[in-house]
Amino acid sequence: MSISPDVLARHGLTPAEYGRIVTDLGREPNLVELGLFSVMWSEHCSYKSSRLHLRKLPTKGPRVLQGPGENAGAVDIGDGLAAVFKIESHNHPSFIEPYQGAATGVGGIIRDIFTMGARPIALLDVLRFGDPSDPLVRRNVQGVVAGIAGYGNSIGIPTIGGDTAFAPGYRGNPLVNVLCLGIARADGIVKGRATGVGNPVYYVGAKTGRDGIHGATMASAEFDESSAEKRPAVQVGDPFTEKLLLEACLEVMKTGAVVGLQDMGAAGLTCSTCEMGARGDMGIEIELADVPQRETGMSPYEIMLSESQERMLLVVERGREAEVEQVFEKWDLHAVRIGTVTDDGRLRVRERGVVVADVPNKALADEAPLYDRPRRRPDWQDRVQQLDFASLTPPAAMSGILRQLLASPNIASKRWIYRQYDHMVRTNTLVLPDAGTPAVRVKGTRRALALSVDGNGRYVYLDPRRGAQLAVAEAARNVACAGAVPVGATNNLNFGNPERPEIMWQLVEAIEGIAEACEAFEVPITGGNVSLYNETDGQAIYPTPVLGVVGLLDDADSVLGRPFPGAGLDIVVLGPLDRGELGGSEVLERVFGQVAGMPPRVDLVHEAALQTLLPEAAAQHLVRSAHDASDGGLAVALAEAAFGTGGLGARVDLPAVAPDAGPVDLATLFGESAGRVVVSVEPASRESFMALAARHGVPARVVGQTGGGRLEIRIDGRVVVDEVMADLEAVWTTALDRVLEGRAA
Amino acid sequence: MKFAIVVFPGSNCDHDAYHAARHVLGADATFVWHKETDLAGADIVILPGGFSHGDYLRTGAIARFSPVMGAVAAFAAAGGPVLGICNGFQVLLEAGLLEGAMLRNAGLRFVCEHVHVRVEQTSTPFTALASPRQVLTIPIAHGEGNYYAPPEAVERLEAAGQVVFRYVTADGEVTPEANPNGSVNHIAGITNAARNVVGLMPHPERACESVLGSADGLLFFESAVAAVKAG
Repeated sequence: MSISPDVLARHGLTPAEYGRIVTDLGREPNLVELGLFSVMWSEHCSYKSSRLHLRKLPTKGPRVLQGPGENAGAVDIGDGLAAVFKIESHNHPSFIEPYQGAATGVGGIIRDIFTMGARPIALLDVLRFGDPSDPLVRRNVQGVVAGIAGYGNSIGIPTIGGDTAFAPGYRGNPLVNVLCLGIARADGIVKGRATGVGNPVYYVGAKTGRDGIHGATMASAEFDESSAEKRPAVQVGDPFTEKLLLEACLEVMKTGAVVGLQDMGAAGLTCSTCEMGARGDMGIEIELADVPQRETGMSPYEIMLSESQERMLLVVERGREAEVEQVFEKWDLHAVRIGTVTDDGRLRVRERGVVVADVPNKALADEAPLYDRPRRRPDWQDRVQQLDFASLTPPAAMSGILRQLLASPNIASKRWIYRQYDHMVRTNTLVLPDAGTPAVRVKGTRRALALSVDGNGRYVYLDPRRGAQLAVAEAARNVACAGAVPVGATNNLNFGNPERPEIMWQLVEAIEGIAEACEAFEVPITGGNVSLYNETDGQAIYPTPVLGVVGLLDDADSVLGRPFPGAGLDIVVLGPLDRGELGGSEVLERVFGQVAGMPPRVDLVHEAALQTLLPEAAAQHLVRSAHDASDGGLAVALAEAAFGTGGLGARVDLPAVAPDAGPVDLATLFGESAGRVVVSVEPASRESFMALAARHGVPARVVGQTGGGRLEIRIDGRVVVDEVMADLEAVWTTALDRVLEGRAA
Repeated sequence: MKFAIVVFPGSNCDHDAYHAARHVLGADATFVWHKETDLAGADIVILPGGFSHGDYLRTGAIARFSPVMGAVAAFAAAGGPVLGICNGFQVLLEAGLLEGAMLRNAGLRFVCEHVHVRVEQTSTPFTALASPRQVLTIPIAHGEGNYYAPPEAVERLEAAGQVVFRYVTADGEVTPEANPNGSVNHIAGITNAARNVVGLMPHPERACESVLGSADGLLFFESAVAAVKAG
């Protein structure tokens, strides 16, 4: 048969790619085989535009047990245990069908974690939406949040934190990135590979239906007005079945009879078979008539490309089939043998004995074309980096601006969201939402893990390299604020269409920025996800690399929260006080309607010093609380550190920043210079703490004390903010509720 | 002293109840799979939280037919202490071991947060060590915790002292703001006429260690142990 250009186009393949397929096979593919190549060579599965550049990321380190290439990464956390974690996006489906798109995003990343033999113990979400005063956006937010809650709550894995931001560019292309963390025995990590000729291949979980066919291909294309018609490509989640799968898989792995395991996520049966075969250097032969099917009359093409959820593929040691089947029976799941591991390296698919596809595993899984796509710095880049201070005449007193910022959806409490998530199940959550960097204890040990997910798209838009470094720095700094040492990271790169040179330039700059920061911090990237084509009608999102950093505390008792724990404490600011950069800041956008300037400078050496100082100070119990100053600058950080304390106030006196930073009060209070942390210290520990900071070369200055019920901020002795703390907290706590419930613009 | 934690497919607070009983309290504890027909010689039975059978059809509606529920009913009939937490409470309602039903939360959304509940009755095995009208800080996490019973039934339960917990403010006041889900009469938990079966929506097993924000829930476990010892 011959493939027409039209059929090729519908499979998202170029004529050149088709030529390579013909060469790889030594013949023309049939339609089933074309489908296999189409999904496996899609951007979503093959990373064909990004892979050359992803190689620049540091992936090795003394703690790394598993780097990129498996279902998830793993780092050694001591006591014979490993932290297994990864972040993954479900952006495109979450726009088309918010509830199911987000829910199945949660389900997918959870499978990646327990597939490794790890018990999932925490979830975090990174969400980006358009302007929440827009009713379309509000419906999107409500659907996404309900979907995350519906899946995570039901399966019983706490959603302990996340990062939510709003900007108009995400209106038609929201971001939903989900990070899952699990705990495994360091010597018990299970790989997704097929080995042992003659070993049986099992299918377990939900039946295969026609849902989600070509989901991976959809995620590799831009959106336009017809996108709503793509709804059949979104899968439907069943957290109950996944809960059974989770428990059954963890139980079955304890038998030692499982050789390899992989979930059927994007590209379903195709991806799991060819990837397991390719990793193990083996062939796999399967019989489609044995695949459990939800509908009748499904073609081989449909069965191979279905993205029905909650399905797993297992390779089992020959002779131990009964043990495995028994465990799944206990959980009312039926493990069905659908194939065998072979020695010829090929994926051979039969339908009632007749071969319907016969393709080398490696051609599908490893040999997708890699593109070094052209890239070009956008001609508008210089223009947006210009910031004219003359345009910044404060329209209100500083107190009014502070209130305005506390009510910004980007800064306001995310209570409306996290209240819908079970963030306490499994009884490990040491730091609750709004009380600091999320942290969970590791039961059976003295240890705890802190996690942070960050990525400010506005910064990256203004300067991709610096913005990406800031994302790494903020996530690592947040983890350090909990008293944890950053030990590993995962990244989710959300960008537009890589076939446009400007987007490709942003992507490469960002990857290199991440690499530079991770190297400086000695934090390896152990895996991640790339989501491209985040565009609607040719309008790309802010380039949004998201970093998830995992930090380790040897002693869970030294975990630090954000709220000041009492009155009479010294408030110390770590980091530079002489500058207050306004470029790319929240105040600039919120109050002056500008997205401009250079994002704050990053001092990687200083950030690394903070990452050592804070865990040391926490372990020695020299600090009582810590909170980094990011969106909204120092004034917002000081207010936030007092929230959740029952109205406790603070009096501080800040030195004015250097005059070249712009309007002095504005820059001092709301500039977002990086590398600054607000900590509270017992007066008795002050000397020791300041000495420790000095030893680490971290600038530290006592700026005031906690106490009273007001937030009083002076600049060089002059009062610029004097507000009742409880009033500020009310603004901050209710702002997002009001917007999302449609009660305020 | 042995706790049995019943595990339904979809239970997800089973490990938490086990942890509280075994590792925090130091009692013996065992999981009992829902297909079992005996309770492994346990002294105290807990039906944990979660989404048994996915909460499909109706919360707790399928779990009540599990083989183990026969043993739970017999254990309860013999006066054994049974505690249903969240989904466990819903299962007890469906099984007819407790009276009433659950509606969706008044706000129609899942709610997870620490709340305050007042102990209205200290004459159950799970509240024996509480002081009268003691206010406990315990988290809730549910989408269908809006307790309902017909007015005459509520009146009867109230009159018989079968309302064990009520949602209140930190100061113990019954105010509309303190009711997180719209439950009739602010009811957070009830008991049966014999007072040995208790169900509540809040999660005491999540509040057994101060590092988790509250240790008030330990009282449930300690009370049960004391009650069994006292015979």
